[in-house]
Order: sequence, then C-alpha cells, then structure tokens
Amino acid sequence: MISFEHVFKRYPNGREALRDVSFRVAQGEMVFLTGRSGAGKSSILKLVTLLERPTRGKVAVHGQDTGALPSRAIPAYRRRMGVVFQDHQLLADRPVYDNVALPLIVADTPFREIDRRVRAALDQVGLLGREKSLPVELSIGEQQRVGIARAVVGKPAILVADEPTGNLDHDLARDVMRLFKRFQEVGVTVLIASHDETLVREFAQREIHVQSGQVST
Amino acid sequence: MSGVSSWFSRHAQAGIAALGRLLRRPLGTLLATSVIAIALALPAGLWVLTTNLRSLTGDVTQTLEVSVYLKPGVPLERAERLAADARRRAEVASVTVISAEQGLAQFKDHSGFGAALEALDTNPLPHVLTIRPRVTATTPRSMSALRNHLAAWPEADTVQLDTEWVQRLDSILDFLQAAFATLAIALGAGVVAVIGNSVRLEVDSRRAEIEVTKLVGGSNAFVRRPFLYEGFFYGLIGGVLALAYGSAVLAALQEPLARVSALYGGRLGIEGLTLEEAGLLVGAGSLLGLVGAWLGAARHLARIEPRE
Repeated sequence: MISFEHVFKRYPNGREALRDVSFRVAQGEMVFLTGRSGAGKSSILKLVTLLERPTRGKVAVHGQDTGALPSRAIPAYRRRMGVVFQDHQLLADRPVYDNVALPLIVADTPFREIDRRVRAALDQVGLLGREKSLPVELSIGEQQRVGIARAVVGKPAILVADEPTGNLDHDLARDVMRLFKRFQEVGVTVLIASHDETLVREFAQREIHVQSGQVST
Repeated sequence: MSGVSSWFSRHAQAGIAALGRLLRRPLGTLLATSVIAIALALPAGLWVLTTNLRSLTGDVTQTLEVSVYLKPGVPLERAERLAADARRRAEVASVTVISAEQGLAQFKDHSGFGAALEALDTNPLPHVLTIRPRVTATTPRSMSALRNHLAAWPEADTVQLDTEWVQRLDSILDFLQAAFATLAIALGAGVVAVIGNSVRLEVDSRRAEIEVTKLVGGSNAFVRRPFLYEGFFYGLIGGVLALAYGSAVLAALQEPLARVSALYGGRLGIEGLTLEEAGLLVGAGSLLGLVGAWLGAARHLARIEPRE
C-alpha cells in the first residue's frame, strides 16, 4: 500500500532529513513510526501526503509511483487519503459540521450524501450532536476527534496521522489510538507517527523506528 | 457527482458564499464598490454628455440649407435650369427657386422694412436657390463637395453654408469622446487593480483555510472559485451603484436644465443611458471584477501550499 525505496530527502536549507529509507506498509496494516522529534518521521509523512517530493528514490502509494504524479493530480490523490495532525488544523470560524464536511465538499459529493456521511463520521468518533459547535467550544480531545472524523469522512483507504496524541493526556491519547485501531480493523491502512513509546507498546503493532533520517524495523 | 446539476450546485455554493462574505462586512464592501462605481460612472456620465450634445448637432444638421445667391442679371429661366442640375445630385433632397420678386415680397412681409422698400426703383435682390441636402449626406465631406460644385457655377455669386460651426463642434465632440475612451480604459485598469488588491488581501486573510482545503484535496480551481465570485460581485455591485449615482446626478440636473430649456422653447432634455448601455455598464463592471480577481488571486492561490 505504501512503499519507500531508497528514499533521500534534502531540504533547500541543506538539511538531510532522510537517508536511504526503505520500508513497506501492507494493505490493512497499522504501523507506528517512532523516534525522537526531528528524526525524520514528519518528513516521511510529508512524502506520503505529497506535501514534499523525495530528492532521490521512489515513494509508491496505492501501488502508484508518486513521482509520476503531476501537480494537478495531487488534489485527487489527497482525497484518497485521510490525514490527522497534532494541532488538528480545524477551521476555527466554522462549526464542526463544516469542518468534517470539507473533504466531501471539495470532492463534489451530493449534499444528501454529505449529510449522511458527516453524521456517520461524527458518530464513529462519539461526537454526534456537536455538529453546530465551534472548535473552541470543544475540549482538546474532542477537537482531535473532529480532526479524525474529517480524516475518515471520505472513507479513505489510507489514514495517516502525525503525532495525533501529542497534546493529549494518557487516557485521552489511548481513546484516540483505539479509534485508529478500530479503523484498521475495518480494513483501513493506518500509519501513525508518535514519539509516545509507552502508548505504542500498549497497542503492540509493527514499529518502524526512525533515527537521524534512517529507519530500522 | 453527476454533470450539470453538480456543476451548477458547486457554482451556486461558491457564489452564495462569496456574496455572503461581502454582505457580512457591509462597510468595507460599500467603500470598495463605491470606488469602482465612481470609476465606472465617470466615463459613463461623460458618454451621456457627449451623446446628448451630438444629438443636438444632429437636429441642426437636419434643418440645414444651402443658399446659392446668383449674380445680378442672371435670368430666371437660367436659375430654373441650374435648379434642375442641382436636383440631379445624389446628396440633394430638394431645390427651391426663390425669384427676386418672391424674395422681395417675403422680405417686405417679414422684415418690417416694407415702406422703405417701396421707395426703391429697382429690385436689388438676386434670384436664390435654396437647396436642402439629404439627411444621409450631411457629412462634412459631402457637404463641402456639394459646396464646391455649386460655387463652380459661373452664375453663382455666393454659396452660403452655415455648417462650419457644426463641423467644429462635431470634431470637438469626436476629440472628447476619444479622450473619454482613453479615460475609461485608464479607469477600467483602476477598477481591475482595486478589485485585484481587495481579493488578494482576502486570500491572505484566509490563508489557513486555503491550506487546510488543499490538504484535504481541494484543487486550485476549487479554492479559486469563491474568490473569482467575490471579484465578480464587487464589479456587479459597483456597476449597479454607478447606475444609481448616475441617475441621482441626472435627477439633480433635471430642474436647472428645465429652466434653461424653457428659455430655448422647451427643446432641451438629457437622455440617460439606454437599457442596453446600462446593461453594458454593469456587464463591464462584472467582467472587470472577474479579471481583477483572477489577476489578484489565481497565481497567489496556486502558490499557497499546505506546510502542515
């Protein structure tokens, strides 16, 4: 589902973030990217979400070489993927409903369908009934769950999360991880970057350890 | 997802959202659209002014006559033959021969010098041909061709053609309209710049939203659409305001104009824009808005990439 082959990433400022990174994530697998902050976890996720392109090497997602994708194909590519961020990236001036509906709206989904799927996604994260709330009216844990609802509302085959529990205490973090696990159980491929080793141990999934831009599995 | 209805709902949604944003900050919208309205109303007003002046000169030209005063002693039969010659010309509508006797009689009746004229032994007036040109032939060129033809008659003494001031006014109006067209282009560029700038600022203030939208798979076309509608509505509202301002000025001018008109036998009046011209003004405003939004937003938006 996701494969890196001898991937190098050097940023314009000269920093070499990834050096000869190769790994595979199979379909339906849940994998943790672990390692200290600055080790290269975020760079890997940026290459998967096509926020960045590799300097060298090949990144393939959905069995497709991302290097062959022209920029105009990137929006459609991103619609097949759900992304969750540490700081959740919600639109502060829009209610929960609009935030969750955004991936469907950009994909030209019919209104009736949007309504049904937004409610289903909010139900899955336990926030049904909060559609009209603004993000600031929710707790941090709830905000993160809105972010997850937005990531899964388009029924993506791949779910990518960058430190999704970074701002949460242990109990809330565990709740969020359970949510990811539940999506993996229904067939979604899940890739989560996390430096919280205790939590990662608890869920006992395959780990890809990143250190100084190199991986060891 | 299906074709036309999806296309329509996408656009309706982007359009309504853009209009909603403009209406949610009414003062800012009013200020920006007023600048646009004035930039549109100024050339439109000058256009109205010049077309009205031109229609006034049109009236004058249509009642135009050319008088040919024949040399004293030219016999009346000769005058009739010259009249027949003039009638054959394409630019001539009709020719009237006023004999010296008729001329004298008219002069006695109208001038009030009847008694004085009685004292004259001989008729001092020549025969006169009064030529009325066709309306289609009242261009300066064909009028001067006619004049040259008539002046070349050996029997002609004087050819009187009171069109020179009309021609002068006409060429002044030509010049003014060309000047106003240039002004309109400059102001149009101004409208594009104002709208482009407003939309660009709007893009900057919504950068976070644009980044998130692109992050979840929004295409450049998707994020661009509401901004293009915003520019379009700026131009549309500006055009409508321009019509409103123009009508207000016209209404304010009606009374003083009526007073002037009363002095000139009630023949003066200002015609405002026709329906087509009004539509053209609003359409031009909308188009300029769209162009401004495109220039201000399109490349700027394409460069905004999510950084995460």
